[in-house]
Amino acid sequence: MSLWLEKITNVPLFAQGLWRNTIMPQNSQTYNSTDQDDLVILRDVHKSYMMGTQEVHALAGVSLTFRKGSFWAIMGPSGSGKSTMLNLLGCMDRPTSGHYILEGYDVGMLDDDRLSELRLRALGFIFQSFNLIQQLTVQENIELPLYYLGWDAGKSARRARELAEMVGLEQRLTHRPSELSGGQQQRAAIARALANDPSVLLADEPTGNLDSATSVQILETLVDLNSKGKTIIMVTHEPDIAAYARSCLHLRDGIIDRVEGAA
Amino acid sequence: MRQWRITRNVSLGIKSLLLHKLRSFLTMLGMVCGVGSVISMLSVGEGASQEAMEQIRKLGSNNIILQSVKMAADENAGQAPMLTPFGLLYEDDERIRQTMPSVRRTVPAKHIPAEGRLGERAMELRVVGTTPEWFDLVSRKMLAGRLMSWRDYNGRAGVCVLTESGARKLLAGKKTIGQAVRIGSNSYEVIGIIQSEQGGGAIATPDRDTDAYIPLNVARERHGDRIERGSRSTMGPGNQIPRDLVELHQIIVEVNSAEDVEDTAAAIKTMLERFHKKADYRIDVPLALLRQAEATKRTFNIVLGSIAGIGLLVGGIGIMNIMLATVTERTREIGIRRAIGAKRRQIVGQFLIETVVLSSVGGLLGALLGPALAWGVETSFGMATVVTPWSIILSLGISVGVGIIFGIYPAIRAANLDPIEALRHE
Repeated sequence: MSLWLEKITNVPLFAQGLWRNTIMPQNSQTYNSTDQDDLVILRDVHKSYMMGTQEVHALAGVSLTFRKGSFWAIMGPSGSGKSTMLNLLGCMDRPTSGHYILEGYDVGMLDDDRLSELRLRALGFIFQSFNLIQQLTVQENIELPLYYLGWDAGKSARRARELAEMVGLEQRLTHRPSELSGGQQQRAAIARALANDPSVLLADEPTGNLDSATSVQILETLVDLNSKGKTIIMVTHEPDIAAYARSCLHLRDGIIDRVEGAA
Repeated sequence: MRQWRITRNVSLGIKSLLLHKLRSFLTMLGMVCGVGSVISMLSVGEGASQEAMEQIRKLGSNNIILQSVKMAADENAGQAPMLTPFGLLYEDDERIRQTMPSVRRTVPAKHIPAEGRLGERAMELRVVGTTPEWFDLVSRKMLAGRLMSWRDYNGRAGVCVLTESGARKLLAGKKTIGQAVRIGSNSYEVIGIIQSEQGGGAIATPDRDTDAYIPLNVARERHGDRIERGSRSTMGPGNQIPRDLVELHQIIVEVNSAEDVEDTAAAIKTMLERFHKKADYRIDVPLALLRQAEATKRTFNIVLGSIAGIGLLVGGIGIMNIMLATVTERTREIGIRRAIGAKRRQIVGQFLIETVVLSSVGGLLGALLGPALAWGVETSFGMATVVTPWSIILSLGISVGVGIIFGIYPAIRAANLDPIEALRHE
């Protein structure tokens, strides 16, 4: 079964510079695409949904550039478009109009398989509710992205151990998520998010389910990762949490309200 | 690398099935029963056909068996006549042998019911007057002594060949060969003992357990063609014993090749019809029986196969039902996997592998159950069953197929879940 699966899955997407060339040229004046530090570029991004018969504009024209090595917090009241923005940034969804450029690919033009591929290679997710798979051990959870990347067992086990050590879970590799505390689970989730060495780490209220002491630990881990060069985009509604980020984007009614401390 | 992925995918599938042992087992049960019944049903069909083949082997596929039949009308025609002539004639045997080029030889036989005695011991025998060629056409294992020869025949020797069970009754504990058995008022020397294969079915075998074979000419000379019917209790008026007048009870016709069997049988039928006013004979063709057995087997297999196939269908639906429930239950897991970067195909693969593992393990257990069921049928209903390897291979193949067919829909449903929705699912 997996023979034909693999045959189709291993499309050398990133080997094809095609996308880069077809997407970029016309707009190259409006944003500096030659700057290698511009990792994530949003250009007049709109996203609308149909709620019954009514069209809801969750994002109504957002333009912004996230540079490599930055640590952003995205803030805003509920309904401001935070979640929509995170789903878009996370390549879980495509913009209705406008451009979202990640690693040189215009995400709006990619099909489902290529979106999956982009998530697999370029992104790491941290969720509020950890989202570890309960049936798998900590190690298997951390190895999950590597499994889809097609790594062999030995190599992924080594990588998982390395990451577990980094987040202080080396003693917990064979435990199930249910046997861990909330903080440990979130650290396992961070280890999993880092397994594929993503260019962007996306965090959705990463401390929402944790007590304040544990929250501080997690946030310090993120700060530490950022100081080592990892680009982090974190959605939160708490100013205390947002304070750990170096830049802060405030959304209101689907548009950018204000930007603080842009890197 | 690919090999490794397959094994890993399968082991992951097994692992997640083992999380719900009871559920997985119950789901499998449908397949176990389906495959088990396919195998046992086919074994019943196969058994019946092999039984028919065995019977035909005993009769000889190149043979045509002619029997004398007493007309039922004769019995009921008021006063039973004292002498009822019927059946095959010496002339019939002559004519078949002389005029039909496709006939290799014929073996006529005359049956005389008589009591055999040896000292104190006695038993009811069926004396068979025949030629030495009998033993070529009705070839049975020889246990002791020798068979009747042309020398015995031509010398009109008073010799007989007994069957194993006859010999046991008459000669128990004594040296068998060379003993003299009294049959009626005559004495016969036992020259050999053979095995008998008395068999029922659509055509009875020509031999019986109580046979004593003697030369046909001796039988004609000593016993004549009149045969006392039944015992003295059926004595007719005037203290006369009702008798049948039968020349030959049986003629076994051997045809040169199997292709000629049916044509020859038709020709014999035409010939006998011309010389016999009444249908006081029967023509049995073992080869026709074989054809019939094959046709029956086909029908049998189709009917039994479809019944068992419905079992497999039900098993498959059961699997699909459970897999749909599993997909709903594991929506969040699917969302997580998709967020991490699993493609739709990989989700399809994951669930499909689980279904196929489920159905093929069920199939394997069914392959164990099938022969057990067949054995049960054989012992409790006395039906012959034969479990063939191909029926096991076939049903294992079908069980994998059922897994794929009934697994594809739940798997596709899982893969088509919206990852954002799936992640929100509680």
